[in-house]
Amino acid sequence: MKTDTMQEQVDVETSPPTGLQVVWREFKKDKLAMFALFGTILGIASILFAAYFLIDEKETMTIKIIERFTEPGMNGYVLGADEAGRDILGQLVIGAKNSILIAFTITIITSIIGIFLGIVMGYYGGWIDNALMRIIDFFMTLPTLMIIIVFVSIVPEYGVWELILIISLFQWVGTARLVRSKALSEGRRDYINASKTMGTRDGVIMFKGLLPNLSSILIVEVTLSFAGNVGIETGLSFLGFGLPPSTPSLGTLVSYATNPQILSGRWWVWLPAALLILMLMLGINYVGQALRRSADAQQRLG
Amino acid sequence: MWKIIVRRVLVMIPQLFVLSLIVFIMAKQMPGDPFTGLITPETDPNRIEELRQLSGFYDPWYVQYYNWMTNAFQGDFGQSYTYKVAVSNLIGERAFNTFWLAFVSTILVYVIAIPLGVLAGRYQERIMDKTIVLYSFISYAIPTFVLGLIFLFVFGYQLQWFPTSGTVSIHAERGTFEYVWSKFHHLLLPAITYAVLGTTGIIQYLRTEIIDAKMQDYVKTARSKGIPMNKVYSRHIFRNSLLPIAAFLGFTITGLLGGSIFIETIFGFPGMGQLFVSSIGSRDYSVITALVLLYGFLALLGGLLSDIIMSIVDPRIRID
Repeated sequence: MKTDTMQEQVDVETSPPTGLQVVWREFKKDKLAMFALFGTILGIASILFAAYFLIDEKETMTIKIIERFTEPGMNGYVLGADEAGRDILGQLVIGAKNSILIAFTITIITSIIGIFLGIVMGYYGGWIDNALMRIIDFFMTLPTLMIIIVFVSIVPEYGVWELILIISLFQWVGTARLVRSKALSEGRRDYINASKTMGTRDGVIMFKGLLPNLSSILIVEVTLSFAGNVGIETGLSFLGFGLPPSTPSLGTLVSYATNPQILSGRWWVWLPAALLILMLMLGINYVGQALRRSADAQQRLG
Repeated sequence: MWKIIVRRVLVMIPQLFVLSLIVFIMAKQMPGDPFTGLITPETDPNRIEELRQLSGFYDPWYVQYYNWMTNAFQGDFGQSYTYKVAVSNLIGERAFNTFWLAFVSTILVYVIAIPLGVLAGRYQERIMDKTIVLYSFISYAIPTFVLGLIFLFVFGYQLQWFPTSGTVSIHAERGTFEYVWSKFHHLLLPAITYAVLGTTGIIQYLRTEIIDAKMQDYVKTARSKGIPMNKVYSRHIFRNSLLPIAAFLGFTITGLLGGSIFIETIFGFPGMGQLFVSSIGSRDYSVITALVLLYGFLALLGGLLSDIIMSIVDPRIRID
């Protein structure tokens, strides 16, 4: 035990603080970021918990026309009911769960593709880099939102997975571009060259040498792209090109507001979902910004 | 200068070509053809078949692509299925509305962003700066449709400061001052919504630019000559920092196009974005393909514009 603490002290004195310590210091310094971090984690956890254990999806989605537009707080409807008499609170929880899980899946898929391609491009450079960069530049100029919508409308047998794949098809580009630029400068460092001279295989250098050293930037990128994906999915669902009607999303709930009577007179149908999207986006993005600051020594507060 | 513009335009050509190819392939995947718009209950199926033969519906795809492109260059995108008019006329009408919305939005973006960016840079790390940075963070994080709906709810329905849909009041007579005012009044709220969201990049750029400039020698020189700080900001720093901001114009336009789909849907504003959403709903494929192609082209043009302005204001790019 004693030697352990000794060891730790020596570490602190001789080596710079590790990535995680720096991040923690940054959050300790910025109280709002700490609040955003715990608020977002707690919020997402309780939404997932409620969606799986407290809310009966079948019961919530059953149409009860008599209870149509029940106002909040009446007949046991905490947040009121929509035009089919379905509980808003229940739909909110299920919608949020769907939106979060879909955004999460898209983030995982696009991050894997983006990080892999980015590192390969940055490490090898040359014609691989040039060719892929052309493709990425082209993707960046596409009217992405429109093309996603067109894809959604022409894909036969449209479902949740099709939506995830269509969005992923266009979302890996940003990550790949960012990772490539970081890998390009990191790949010219001495330790990479030393590895090469020692005859380490390229694959090992890239994913055991380079990748861990990019981790702080990757965490930032993944966090921010998660927020972006929540925005895209809810936006598409809002326009009616997102989740199929059987799977409610936060965007579907907000889309009821395209009916002016609901927008002005029955605010409880759409406003909670809109505010929940807002809170999620602010929370995740704020955490992302704090992480970004801690990844850059010049911007650190702590 | 000209060399870089020419080179940049040359890069655009293959991009445009690939874009048109993608749009063409997507169009081929969609059910229906340019004549679906002509079909009425009285149309003879044989006549349609004949038209298809004549227009080369059964030609190999590259011949079809060539014909489609040559027509598109002449502004002929076929007939709209729902509106029964030529697609180019339909889009032209809507493009006018979108253009005005984009124009007012762009002006508002700069009107809001420039003073905020300058103030944030000048009062760095003070309350004013922190508030502006927080605002620019919120405007970055908030999705377009959420802010649009909240604005429409608060300013359109609750406070009733703005009309809630359309481009002009039905009571206004064409040609009068009232008519112009009504048009402006209708596009003000959508434009404000867009402007609030579109300022982030410019504010952050201007802020860092001014913070950097404060340390520069020319500012110290100006100060030691005895020029008051206010004048140093308005004459020296501001002018130097302002030029690169012009380059954001292209990105602002590109961003506007993407946002127009949400904003026009929410505010019931009959522009190209709303036309796109309603065309998808009614499966009006000739309109959809034309709009995707047009938006892609405008986005490319926006990037080109930014690069050209950048090469004018920043000599380092020209040398490259």
